[in-house]
Amino acid sequence: MKPINIITSTAVPLPLPNIDTDQIIPKQFLKRIERTGYEDFLFYDWRYNLDTPDHVDERKDFVLNKPEYKGSQILIAERNFGCGSSREHAAWAISQYGFLVVIAPTFADIFYSNAGKNGIILARLTEEEVQTLLAKSTANPKHLLTVNLEAQTVTDADGFSAHFDIDPFRKHCLLNGLDDIGLTLLHEDALDKFEAKHNDEFWLAPKKDEAA
Amino acid sequence: MSTPNTVQTFAPRTMFEKVWDAHVVAEPVGEPSIIYIDLQLVHEVTSPQAFDGLRLAGRKLRRPDRHIATVDHNVPTTSVHDRLFIVDKIANAQINALRKNCAEFGIELFDTEDANQGIVHMIGPELGATKPGMTIVCGDSHTSTHGAFGALAFGIGTSEVEHVMATQTLPQDKPKTFRINVEGELPYGVTAKDIILHIIGQIGTDGATGSVIEYAGSAIRALSMEGRMTVCNMSIEAGARAGMIAPDETTFAYLKGRRFVPQGEAFDLAVEQWRALVTDEGATFDREMHIDAATLAPSVTWGTSPGMVTTITGTVPVLEDARSEADRKSFERAFEYMDLKPGMLVEDIKVDAVFVGSCTNGRIEDLRAAARVVKGYHVATTVRAMIVPGSQKVKAQAEDEGLDEVFKTAGFEWREPGCSMCLGMNPDILSPGERCASTSNRNFEGRQGRGGRTHLLSPEMAAAAAITGHLTDVREWKFDNEGAAR
Repeated sequence: MKPINIITSTAVPLPLPNIDTDQIIPKQFLKRIERTGYEDFLFYDWRYNLDTPDHVDERKDFVLNKPEYKGSQILIAERNFGCGSSREHAAWAISQYGFLVVIAPTFADIFYSNAGKNGIILARLTEEEVQTLLAKSTANPKHLLTVNLEAQTVTDADGFSAHFDIDPFRKHCLLNGLDDIGLTLLHEDALDKFEAKHNDEFWLAPKKDEAA
Repeated sequence: MSTPNTVQTFAPRTMFEKVWDAHVVAEPVGEPSIIYIDLQLVHEVTSPQAFDGLRLAGRKLRRPDRHIATVDHNVPTTSVHDRLFIVDKIANAQINALRKNCAEFGIELFDTEDANQGIVHMIGPELGATKPGMTIVCGDSHTSTHGAFGALAFGIGTSEVEHVMATQTLPQDKPKTFRINVEGELPYGVTAKDIILHIIGQIGTDGATGSVIEYAGSAIRALSMEGRMTVCNMSIEAGARAGMIAPDETTFAYLKGRRFVPQGEAFDLAVEQWRALVTDEGATFDREMHIDAATLAPSVTWGTSPGMVTTITGTVPVLEDARSEADRKSFERAFEYMDLKPGMLVEDIKVDAVFVGSCTNGRIEDLRAAARVVKGYHVATTVRAMIVPGSQKVKAQAEDEGLDEVFKTAGFEWREPGCSMCLGMNPDILSPGERCASTSNRNFEGRQGRGGRTHLLSPEMAAAAAITGHLTDVREWKFDNEGAAR
């Protein structure tokens, strides 16, 4: 995971609540066994004209296809972003497309966790602040936002400034690009001790033959 | 500050807190707690990248004996032949990757034609691998199903799947607690599915975000294990981290004699431990909610989010019913996608397809309930209807009871077990514009196939819709046999 801190970029407005992971990446792309190559499938059903052969035709009215929003690293949406399935492919698609930040009033739990493990900053702002930013980026696609993870702020040159909360540990991991497994293994002694005792608790063992 | 599990506290605790406390491995300052995971369930879709991650880092599975794998999402349900010779090359490669990975890392796999194959959330309970008090995870959001046994069970992403494989633990922030009490007796024709759809309609699809729900009250106690699994299954549709129901005699009777459940004296000792899991008198929850079971009616979703719920005798809402500007936008979009007129009668909605199955309602009791409705009738000529048992065990049991004949005689397709049309990763999908009465759990745009329209409901209601060709109140149903709706 790459360390991340300050992002200055235009932002793509997606003014809808409850954007579920089936919309972020439809199921047919979950059959792949690779971890990369999901960028072309992000928001697939919204992004392509599905009545054309091979779906090569981009829908001009969908925001990601508008030339003025190309290259943007920030996505703005309404509440409960990422609800539904646990597919991490949703986080992979967002990150591989080039987004480094998603701004919304709330995020679904599993998506929140998946995004963190893929170096994506999720900034929870108030409904009002999100509406303000959606309006600004809709009116002016060139409008620049700066997201500062260290300072936990979203700002622009017109004086907009909002603070977002983030768990200090998650922030630390994002800032330093830390891998979770390695961090857990720092506690291997405690794990060994716990497991030695827990192995005797046969009523919590998945398989009978494991019981003492 | 949370209390380490090494310190005995006498303060009353909730069931969730007891399970949590018993699994805390470490509580590093300023970091999430490290929680031990008793069982990880593995399937073909969310695991290949996790295995690859292990290989890249040169890591092994810490506890292969605490993993169980099966194939469910991708497998065709049309015939045994189609399952053994899968036409979809990409799906086939993913299933083969699971076989190779399970062999390499030492995980027990219940393969396509194994007598124990089935949807991952069906086979855990059937095998008795799912037990009260355990922590259970799977790379699938409907892992909440296992909470019906008093386990703490939740869905995770692929990075976390890899984390559990490598360490048998997960770093977790402690969720909040939310008790939903459903008191009283369910009216005739009202099922577990109607309870959970009603709850989601009430609190919304993010109503329980960050929380573990405990379902309690006499109406929950009165449910079978199958019904309890239906309720817990859809906890995620309310945004919850997990759903739990306290283990009781119903739970113990279900578990007794199953393959991975202790037997004899060990079973009695285990039951003693499991009994102690119930929420203590006086324990407090971050939030509580009360529902009077007697007021419930058969529920059905009208829109493209599980929170867009009404009753079978109700109407599709009008824009003025929207509670916020965001709701208003969602309503407008849903009216268009679902091709419904605001204010129209739900019973006037015609369906083209009916799907009975999934980890929500693919169990034997669900099939029995659907068969009671279907017996003596025939599927409407305008409807394509299929029954997809959730597991090989359910399929065999249903065939023993002659349910397959009831369905086939009535014009239903009788399929092989798998996730099937719940998410349409295999060939079972809707065509654009097709409308389906479905016992599954999600009605998102395109969920059952691009352009497909989904109405979520109970197996009884799905069966009735298959016969009449439109959404139908099962409470008015004239049963052809002695049976009655449960």
